[in-house]
Amino acid sequence: MTFSLSPDQFRSLWRGALSLCLIAALYETIARSGYFPTVLMPPIPVVASTFWTVMTDGTMIHHAASTLYRVLIGFGMAVVVGIPLGILMARYQRVENFVLPLASALMPIPSLAWVPVFILWFGLGNTVSILVVFYAATFPMLLNTWSGVRSVNPLWLRAAGAMGANENALFWKVIIPGASPFIITGVRQAFLRAWIAVVGAEALAASDWGLGWVIFDAKEFLNADLMLASLAVIGIIGFAFERLVFGTLERQTVLRWGMVKAAKG
Amino acid sequence: MPEIEVKDVSLVYDTPMGRVVGVQNANFVLEKSQFLCLLGPSGCGKSTLLNIIAGFLTPTTGQILIGGKPVRGQGTDRGVVFQDFAQLFPWRTALGNVAFGLEMKGVPKAEREEIALKQLELVKLAKFANSYPHHLSGGMQQRVAIARALAYNPAVLLMDEPFAALDAMTRDDMQRLLADVWKETGKTIVYVTHNVAEAVYLGDRVIVMTPHPGTVKAEIPITLQRPREALSVQFLDQQKHLLSQLGQHAEAA
Repeated sequence: MTFSLSPDQFRSLWRGALSLCLIAALYETIARSGYFPTVLMPPIPVVASTFWTVMTDGTMIHHAASTLYRVLIGFGMAVVVGIPLGILMARYQRVENFVLPLASALMPIPSLAWVPVFILWFGLGNTVSILVVFYAATFPMLLNTWSGVRSVNPLWLRAAGAMGANENALFWKVIIPGASPFIITGVRQAFLRAWIAVVGAEALAASDWGLGWVIFDAKEFLNADLMLASLAVIGIIGFAFERLVFGTLERQTVLRWGMVKAAKG
Repeated sequence: MPEIEVKDVSLVYDTPMGRVVGVQNANFVLEKSQFLCLLGPSGCGKSTLLNIIAGFLTPTTGQILIGGKPVRGQGTDRGVVFQDFAQLFPWRTALGNVAFGLEMKGVPKAEREEIALKQLELVKLAKFANSYPHHLSGGMQQRVAIARALAYNPAVLLMDEPFAALDAMTRDDMQRLLADVWKETGKTIVYVTHNVAEAVYLGDRVIVMTPHPGTVKAEIPITLQRPREALSVQFLDQQKHLLSQLGQHAEAA
């Protein structure tokens, strides 16, 4: 795979940069208007310089790596549990009867509400954050997969059956690719929920490392520049994953297969 | 031994509005390499009967024999082509679609791709082997579907109005192509259609069905010489004859 930019990609990058610049200009105007004290709303050069310092001394990398580790483990668990369970729900009435009420009851509970409970059970540290991420990410994965499998064209199943596909082949070669537009949406939503959950979980349960922790810790010392720099790091990581990982996944699969339309560029 | 035997087949649906007879007491036999058209208006049970032969539906009474063996569910002794273009797997190339049945049989990759390519040549699509279905026209997609249903070498090809959703000109081309494919492969074909001219063009025999309940009304041999000329007097006479069997006026053609 190459990372060279086509004219379309270049235009989309340019438009993205433009909208970011506009927002930055708006922020800068307010920050310099004197409406908030500069300590609380530092101008962009101050934030940028803090960003540079914490990036180069390695602390921010360490924070980001700690958070990313928790996100990826929890999110990975959600994918491994959510996709098969969603498929089983859609294929077997009994699994659906069992899982659906459970999901309906658990889903409305905010993942952060579990943090105190998990701290009592597992103490402060990675376990709590990972479990909270897992909890937050599982439901979008599960429900999207469930919908996706139910929306698989019955003609594909008939055709595959007529060609001698057994249950195993149906699962891997028809149902999973057939449900892939929904599964990819599920993966995206799950990842998003995972980030939202991890920042909160770290604020409450992490000690010393993690982007969520650093933001809430910075509040104690009125380090608004550090808070904003950390938020920027979260944004950058999220953007990179969306564009590089999920965007690529989508281009290589459902877009190439014509199962979804490309966003208007 | 006949290739297909349909013996006293009936199918009754239980619906919220009561029992509906889909197919009533259908009987016929089909010899190897014969081309049979099931002709009738919508609701006459022709597709239902095809789905029973395919094993997608279980008849309420009676049975189907393929090569002397009773049908129980789907089986690779039958290839099926549907009307809907969406029957192809969008995530597989034309070649990947055609190779699917062979893959299920456990044929090694190189060998199944070679066979699949031959099948695509048969339907004149070898050039598009690596295209995904969404890049192919409706007619091309249906040709891939035919190649796919033939690739694992079933004894019987079952086709449910495969060209009904195509424009008239493409449909004519496809009928010619199917007649060629049939001549080349010698498959036994059951072909469902509501198009009288299509039945006369393709069939060795036409079974006329009428609705409410779905019944076999008549069985008519078509003895016109092949390749058939759709504008010949004999061809038009056959069409009139079929239309009268359907209880419609000849002008309706």
